[in-house]
Formats: sequence, C-alpha cells, structure tokens
Amino acid sequence: MSLKNLLRAVLGNYLFKRALRAFGIIVAASTITFFIIRLMPSNPIEIFINQMMSAYGMSYEDAKAMALALFTIDLDKPLHEQYFEYVTNIIRGNLGTSISISPGTPVMNVVTAFLPWTLFSVSISLFSSFLLGITLGMIAAYRRGGIFDRVVSTVAAVTSAIPGYLLGILIVVFIGVRFGLINYMRGAYSAGLTPGFNLPFIVDVFLHLAAPFTTYVLSTWGGWMLSMKANTVAVLGEDYVTVARAKGLPEGRIRTQYVGRNAMLPLFTSLAISLGFIFGGSTLIENVFVYRGVGRLLWSSINARDYTVMQAVFLIITISVVVSNFLADLIYSLIDPRVRVGG
Amino acid sequence: MSLKNLREATRIYLVDPLKLISRKKSGLVALFGLLIYIIMALFGPYLVPLDITPKPGKRYLPPSLEHPLGTDFEGKDIFSQIVNGAWDVLYVAFLASSFTILIATLLGSISGFKGGFVDSIIMAVDEILLTIPQFPLLVVLAALVRLDNFTLALVLGVLSWPALARAIRAQILSLKERDFIEAARALGLGLKHIIFVEMIPNLLPYIVVSWILSMTGAIYSQVGLVFLGFVPFTSHNWGVMINLAWTWGAIYHKDSVWYIISPIFAIIFFQLCTISFASSLEEILNPRLREVR
Repeated sequence: MSLKNLLRAVLGNYLFKRALRAFGIIVAASTITFFIIRLMPSNPIEIFINQMMSAYGMSYEDAKAMALALFTIDLDKPLHEQYFEYVTNIIRGNLGTSISISPGTPVMNVVTAFLPWTLFSVSISLFSSFLLGITLGMIAAYRRGGIFDRVVSTVAAVTSAIPGYLLGILIVVFIGVRFGLINYMRGAYSAGLTPGFNLPFIVDVFLHLAAPFTTYVLSTWGGWMLSMKANTVAVLGEDYVTVARAKGLPEGRIRTQYVGRNAMLPLFTSLAISLGFIFGGSTLIENVFVYRGVGRLLWSSINARDYTVMQAVFLIITISVVVSNFLADLIYSLIDPRVRVGG
Repeated sequence: MSLKNLREATRIYLVDPLKLISRKKSGLVALFGLLIYIIMALFGPYLVPLDITPKPGKRYLPPSLEHPLGTDFEGKDIFSQIVNGAWDVLYVAFLASSFTILIATLLGSISGFKGGFVDSIIMAVDEILLTIPQFPLLVVLAALVRLDNFTLALVLGVLSWPALARAIRAQILSLKERDFIEAARALGLGLKHIIFVEMIPNLLPYIVVSWILSMTGAIYSQVGLVFLGFVPFTSHNWGVMINLAWTWGAIYHKDSVWYIISPIFAIIFFQLCTISFASSLEEILNPRLREVR
C-alpha cells in the first residue's frame, strides 16, 4: 500500500468514527432534553382547549377535537409513545406544529422567522470580535510590557469579566435612556417599516444592531485578545522565528507568514467551536434588547410551554454545537496530523 | 494525619500563600475586596437593617448622607438592599462552585486513573452535557423544580462540571507519566500515598483556582435566571433588584439610574475581585511557577 492510500484510509476511518460519535451525542442530548421538556408542569394543550371553550363557547369535546387536528402531539399518551412519535416525525423531517406561540403554524415557519436575526447579529459580532481581538493581541505581544499592552490587556480582562447582559443593561441605561436612543435598542427594526431590500429598512436594521453588537463584542473580544497575545509571545520565542530573522527575511514577512499564522492556528479551532453558538444566540442579551432572535423565541416558548417550538430550538442548537465541534476537530486534524493517529 | 503533617500543611497551603500574596499588589487588593463582600454578606444585615416599608414621598431620591445610594421606586433605601442582598448571591455562588469542583474532581480523577470502560462512560456523559445549551436547560429546569438557594446551587453544580472534569482528567493523565510518580511507584509507596501525597498537592493549586473562578460562572447564571424572572423572588438579592429596576421602568426614568446600576456594579466588582484574586493565586500557588523565582 502506498503512503497516500494509507493516509487516506486512516483519515477516512478517523472521520467516520468522529461522525458516528457526533451523531450519537446528538441523539442522546436531544433525548434528554425531550424528556426534561415534557416533564415540565402545566399542559399547553389543556390551556388551549380551555381558551377555546371560554372564547368561542365550544364544548370540551369540540375543543379537544380541534386541538387534536391542529397539533401534532398528544400529551395524553404515555411518555414513551410520545417519544416514539417525536423520533419518527423527526426522521420524516417533520418538526410538528406550534402549540401556544402561534397555534397550528408549522414549527419550521416559526423558527425561520427568528433564526435569520440571530444568525445575522451573532455572526457579525463574532467575526468583528475575533478580528479586533487577534489584531490587538498581536500588537500587544510585540509591545509587551509597554503602555499599549498594559492598557489593552487590563481593559480586556475587565470587559470579559462582566456578564454580557449586564453590559447590555448598562448600555441601555447610560446611552439609550440618557441620549434618547432607546427606540434603537428595542427590537430588530422599527415598527411601521416594510421589511425588504429598501434603504430605510436596511439602515434601520443596522441602527438596531448597534447596541447588541457592542454588547457581544465587548464581552468576547477580551478572550480572543488575551489568548492571541499569549500565543504570539510563545511563537516569538520559537527557534524558527530566530532562524528566519537570522536569514535576514523582511520583518513584515516574518510577522505575517511565521508569527501571525502560527499564533492564530489554535484560535481557528476556537472560532469553529464558537460558530456553533451563532444558531443559539444569547437568551439573556436578546431579552435585554427585545431582539427577535432564537434566544428570545426560546424564552417565550418556555414561558408559553410551547413544547414543539422548545424541542426544535434545542435540537437546532445541539446540532449546530456538535457539528461545529466536529468541524473544529477536522480543522485540527488537517493542521496537526498527529491527532489523527491517536483518534 | 499527624500533628507535624498538619502544621506542615498549614504552612504550605495557608501561611506561605498569604506571605506570597502580600507581595502581589493586585492580588492583595482583590483579596481585600472579597473580604469586604464576605463581611457584608455575613454581618451586613445586623449593621444595616432592611426596611421594606414603601415611602411614596421619597421615590427615586439621589444619593445623600441618609441614603448613600439613593432610593428606589417605592422610596426604599438602595444601600441597605445591596447590603442585605449580598448573602443570597455569595451563598449560591460559593455552594454552586463547591458542587462543581467536587463532582469535577471526583469524576475527572476517576476517569483519568481508571481509564478503559469507566473512562469512556464518564467522558460520554461529559460530552453530552457539554452539548446541551446550558442556560436554556437551566431555564427549563427552573420551571420543572422549585429552585430555592440550595437546589439552585445544586443544579448549577450538576450542570457545570463537564469542562472542569475534562481538564482535571487531562492533568491526571499527564501526572501519571511524570518521573516522580514513576519513582513513587517503583518505591512501592502504594496508591493512597501516590494519590494524596504525590498527586493532589500538584493538582490542588489548579483545583483551588478553578473553584474560585467557577463562582463567576455561577453568578452569571444565577443572576441571569432571576433577571428573566424564572426563579421565585424569595428575598431582596441583587438579581431581584435588577429585575425590579428593569420592569419598573429603568428604561423610561432617568432618575432611576442609581437603582439599576447599584446591584449591577455590586456584581461587576465582585466578578473583578474574584477573577483578579484567582489569577494572582494561580501565579503564587503553581509550584512550577514558584520554583522559577
């Protein structure tokens, strides 16, 4: 067997094992969340039936029949049968219908109304925070011990110590209320604008993004900055950097090709892991800014005991976390072949 | 443990670190700050009694000598609420991080020592728990169980051990390969001796630092839950204050600013003291860093 074939076999095998494990984790995690959710007190379908009875004067039987027709789940069945139904429906790609947030609407439609906002706000914030962190971290590493390094490192440590949602509240109180900008800190866009590709709407969306964006970036850039600084300092001490200098390579090339690249590699795996959180958003931060994202949807579905929506949101977050971890592993095994052998 | 060992242990784990921390300025300041918080939680309620009778004539007063932090939407003194609210937050943080450390150390070291089947089971559970989104799960659990301070701390502990258990397992695995453990084995010193005399002292700095650091995580989740209103309000802690300030219109009243920022800054300063103390402690306790000196 040639070396190339051998490598391919090992890589294929490792990938296969990792994928299988990832699948198992998804199944286990979503099973646990299914049972925890269904064990929550209060029965949303019963609440719906009561509402129908009092609002439209329906009889219990009529309301019950309507609920059975409208909803894909039946909470009167034993729990294991409900679980079996849930699994078969998922295999068919059917997430069911919402119970209490918007009764009868397919869960897929509810989720796709909220998901883009979280994807949009969190991904922009994540990449900005990453870029800001690695740039400042690298500069701080080159000027370590200097004023720039000390100031930036201290600010990074302080901002990352503060819980993000408290930063958000401070932004609302000190900037929103003080300067009358509060309207741009409630929701994802102003009421009365027609969503779509028109200039007023797009400008409005970015104005509403400013506060949550600042909150996300402020609470995460410090982590990127401090680890980039540590990595760069470590790489600067490596022999190959000294050799490159001794060879008389231009300093700019050493900085980008030798130091920057090697210092950033471990951060790319962290970035891949963070990508998993793009789908979940932050329940707390989205609530501070009443931002219509997945975190906010999860909050309202928990409050309304909308089991199907909750299950769907948990499933999406779980899958995205597992997949991004898988991607991180993949990137790492491509960068560092030693990992594959141990896998 | 004999008296000599006890004296030795207090010297290594109490007296020496205190001597060393007095050399590090930021650590000393943080320790001082933490002591103030602890004193406030323990003795505050006796020194500054809580007065919860509403005084409609004194709403949203600015800070004065009588009310150092002003008054809230019902005319109640904010400073006394801050002092009396310290206990809940610190108690849950302390208890939750203790549970976290206990579970993580136990499972992490079993996993690392035993290896094989036990290791794979523990690591699988670990990975599953890491995958389920923490805070949303906590919110669902808060609806499922009535969370008083103790159960809240227990739930927080049960949910947040996985990352730490992994780190401890990795440390145990690397310690197992070290020369001095090998030497102890070759000398036939026994498993008990190896674990308690050779390994734990090496892990202890890490465990202590993580124990302090995981308090910040516990506070994040605890205050977040209360802020969203998922935990029943039983007393006047800082999370409840933030929730009330928020729902009573901190976003409309410019003069309510003292009511909302007081608990927020109480939390922020506590987090800063904790983290700064932990990182100074890390530098001091780490025997390998100390040897370099």
